[in-house]
Order: sequence, then structure tokens, then C-alpha cells
Amino acid sequence: MSVAATTPRGVPVPPTRSSRWGRRVRFYAPTVLVFVTTVALWEIAVRSGVTGGVPLPAPSQIADALAENWAAGRWPLAKAAAATLFEAIGGLVIGTVAGVLVAFATARYATARELLLPLAIGASAVPIIALAPLMNNWFGVINPLSKMMMVAVLVFFPIVVNVTRGLTQVEPAALELMRSYAASEGTILRVLRIPNALPYFFTALKVAATLSLIGAIVGEYFGGSSDVLGRVVVQSASALRFDVTWAAILLAAATGIVFYLVIVAIERLVIPWHASLRAQEP
Amino acid sequence: MTAPTVDAVVRISGVDKLFGAEGGAVTTALQGINLDIRRGEFVSLIGPSGCGKSTLLRIIGDLIQPTTGTVTVNGKLCALARRDRDYGMVFQAPVLFDWRTVEDNVKLPLELMGWDKARRDERAREMLGLVELGDFMRHYPYQLSGGMQQRVAIARALSFEPSILLMDEPFGALDEMTRERMNQEVLRIWERTGITVVFVTHSIPEAVFLSSRVVVMSARPGRITDIIEIDLPRPRDVDTREQRRYFELVTEVREALRRGGDHAEPGSPVEDVAAAASPERTMAEGGIG
Repeated sequence: MSVAATTPRGVPVPPTRSSRWGRRVRFYAPTVLVFVTTVALWEIAVRSGVTGGVPLPAPSQIADALAENWAAGRWPLAKAAAATLFEAIGGLVIGTVAGVLVAFATARYATARELLLPLAIGASAVPIIALAPLMNNWFGVINPLSKMMMVAVLVFFPIVVNVTRGLTQVEPAALELMRSYAASEGTILRVLRIPNALPYFFTALKVAATLSLIGAIVGEYFGGSSDVLGRVVVQSASALRFDVTWAAILLAAATGIVFYLVIVAIERLVIPWHASLRAQEP
Repeated sequence: MTAPTVDAVVRISGVDKLFGAEGGAVTTALQGINLDIRRGEFVSLIGPSGCGKSTLLRIIGDLIQPTTGTVTVNGKLCALARRDRDYGMVFQAPVLFDWRTVEDNVKLPLELMGWDKARRDERAREMLGLVELGDFMRHYPYQLSGGMQQRVAIARALSFEPSILLMDEPFGALDEMTRERMNQEVLRIWERTGITVVFVTHSIPEAVFLSSRVVVMSARPGRITDIIEIDLPRPRDVDTREQRRYFELVTEVREALRRGGDHAEPGSPVEDVAAAASPERTMAEGGIG
């Protein structure tokens, strides 16, 4: 161990680069193993005919469908994924901006909080997806804005609830400390409440990233432009091209995971000090 | 350090504090509190839980308003003193901001008070040197031990040169060894800065070791029952805890607490205070430092 390991009073020493990689491999190895095994068992099951009459394509068939339909054909998957992602991101931005604004209002004014927060918590329990046909009707079924609004409504509530919590659930002693400095409410907001809310915000954003793809795809199920993942799923399934359906579903999953990881990366950049990140880091 | 000065930095006169909801039972948290604290004094407030010692500290710091009575600090009402940033506060928890480095935590009050950057940098370095954390300026709070975090909190409280340091059981969450080391550290800082300290604790050895005077309080209603001058020579160090006079004073404070406790119902926390003190004393006798 280096000299730093013997710092006085037991200060934790950052692990060296090689040991960190070693731990990372050990951390992810079981997950990778389970994934590979599952895919292998799936392939074997379909080929050996155990699945019987259930129309389930093998992973290799899905991979072929994905390759064939990537850029060409009746269902250009890459284009569809990009369009769906565009709707998801647009909706996420709209819902997040609106949610953050409402959260600041509810955090600042006790009456707004008492009025709106129970409403927001209640509303987030409502199956908002049921609104999808309405959104198509209001904002135009062809217009991507209708899908974005679906997404926005879906992500709005978790953002409001979490950011409000982050702004209000501040250590009482920290407030006393700020008051002992004769700090104004505006200063307390800037110096204490907003940094305190950032981890809550990113937690909500990670949930919202997943929700945004769900919202976009469900919105697409109810009609609109055909080169989007939701339409590809619906149309290929009705054409009994389940290999394409599965390819679209896997592509949607992959897009969701990448979207999530991008937000995790941003979170690490913006709030590297956050405890839950340190705990997760292998 | 108990040299008599007529100069009272803190003057508490006729302070009562009642807590209670409308229509509900009213609790008298503090009753008839009068106390003068001289410039450069180290005063401890000691008493059982519920005696209002932390409430009194917050009233001095203008974080709570008294029901009746007044507190003046440097000749001003405490509300004005708070606006003038006369108070440095240290709580039981370090209350460091996770998103700021050690250095930036110390600079927080300086930023709020509009110091320019060069002076902030210089002062942060100076204060962290004072609490012997100069090598940890760029660390984040989570990378420090509890005792180190509390030293950062002390550096932060002293950074803007307040005239009074208010400490609310600052070492209550630390283990006994760390607490004794922190006691030593606080005395060293106090001797170097000459700041007036009001220190809330429920540890008798701690109060005796640190203080110029120990203010003994009792509960229900919270009031001052005794004020004990601590005439131990300074500077005080590990050996102080082994002096005969030290034990006499510990006993004196303990008996004062017990007398105060006679007014409370049986099984009151006063007994706990006395009990909690004995292992500390055993350790002091063992000469562990």
C-alpha cells in the first residue's frame, strides 16, 4: 500500500486502479453469466421444440431480424428507435421543466404544498397511460407532440414529488446554521435547498427516463406515424412477424438502458459527492 | 482566564420560555434565567435532559425567542447581534454540506458575508491549520471521521471571527477517547483566540475540564440552580484530569446536579447524568489521554 494508506486517524484510502478493475469484474461477472445462460437456454429450448406451439423466435432469429430490418425494409428499426427516442426525450424535457417549476412553487409556499402535494402523490397512482388516446386527439395523432405530452404527463409527478422533498427535507440544524449567518430565504435556497435536492432530482430523473419510453411507445400504440417502435410492434405482430416484434422490443429495451445510463453518467458528473453513488460503485 | 472583567459580553435577564399549543398543556422550559457571561469566559451549561440548556443556548443565539426577558450581546439585543454575525454555532452533528469540500465548507460563512476570494482562501487555510486539518482541505466530508468533521465545523464557526462561540453538545456523538482529544483541542483554540464560549453538555468531566464556570441547571421548570467557579490552573492538559482538585470539582458539580434533581420526580434523568459520568472518571484515573 502507498504512503497515503497510513494517513493519521484512519482516513479511507482510495483503492488503486488495478484493484478497482478487479472488483468491477467480480461485481458484474455473475450478472453477465446469468444473462448469457438465459439466452443460451432460450436458444436451445426453441431449437429442441420444447416451446411447442407458442410462437417464440429463437435469439438467433431475432438477431437476424434485427440485422435485416435495421435500415431497410417495411420496418426500418433504427429509424423507428430514433423517432421514439426523440418523442421520449422531448416529453421528458417538457415534463421535467414543468415538474421542477411546480416543485419550487410547492416548496416555497406552504399552502401550495398542502394543496398540491397530496394531489400529485394521488395522481401518480392513477394509470395515466389511459390518457394516451386523449393526447393523440388533443395534439394531433401524427404530431410527435401528442406522444411527448403523454410522456410529459407521465414523468411530471415523480419529478414534482421528489424535487419538492429534496427542497424541503433539509436538516433542521442546517437551517439553524444558515439563520445564525443571518442568511435570507433566497440564499438558503441557493446554498442549501437546491444542492440538497439534486440527488432527489436525479433519482426522479432515472425513474422518468424509463417512464418516458413507456409513455412514448404506449402513445404510439394508439396511432400515428408508422416508423416508430410502438407501431412496428403492433404491425409486425399483426403480420405474425414475431421475430421483428421481438427485435423492436429488444431495441426499445436497449434504448431505455442506454438512456438510463446516460442520466447516471450525468448524475456522476454533477453530484459526484452523492452517497448512493459511492455505495453503488463496485 | 477567570480574571474579573466588568465587561459582560452576554447578559441574560429575566428569561422565561414557555412551550405549548393553544388549549394544550403549557411546559415551562425555562424560568427566571439571569446570567452574565464575561468576555473571554468559557461557560458550560450542564443539566439533565429537558432542563432547557439547549433552549437557553438557542435563545442566546436568537434562534428561539424567549417568552419574557431579554438577552443582550455586546450591548445589543440578540436579534441585532445575529444580524451582525456575532455568533459562531457548533451543533451536535457537524452539519457539513456533503457537496462542498472541507475547504469550501469552512468558506461558506465567508461567502455569505461577502469576503473577497483571496481573503477567503487565506482564512480557510489558516482555520484548517488551527484545527490541524490542513492536509484535508480538498477532501469531502464523507472522507473524514466524525471527530475530524466536528473539527471542520469548529473551523467554520470561527472563520468569520464571531465574538461568541455557541456549542450545543458538540462532542456528544463522539467516543470517549475522541471526546477527550477534542476537549483538549477546543481549549487550545480558545486560549489562542480568546473567544467567549457557551458550551452545552451533559458530561460532568467535560464541563469541569473545559470551563471557567459551570452553570448547573435543573428540569421542570428549567432553571439555574448553581454556578460553580472552576479554579483549575491553565493551561489544562491530560494531567489536569488526574488532579485532586479536578475530582473535587467533578464531585461538586455532581452534587449540585443531584440537589437540583431533588425537585424532579424520582427516576429523573439526573441519575443518568451521574451514572454516565463514572466510567469517564475511571478512564481519567487510568491516565488514558
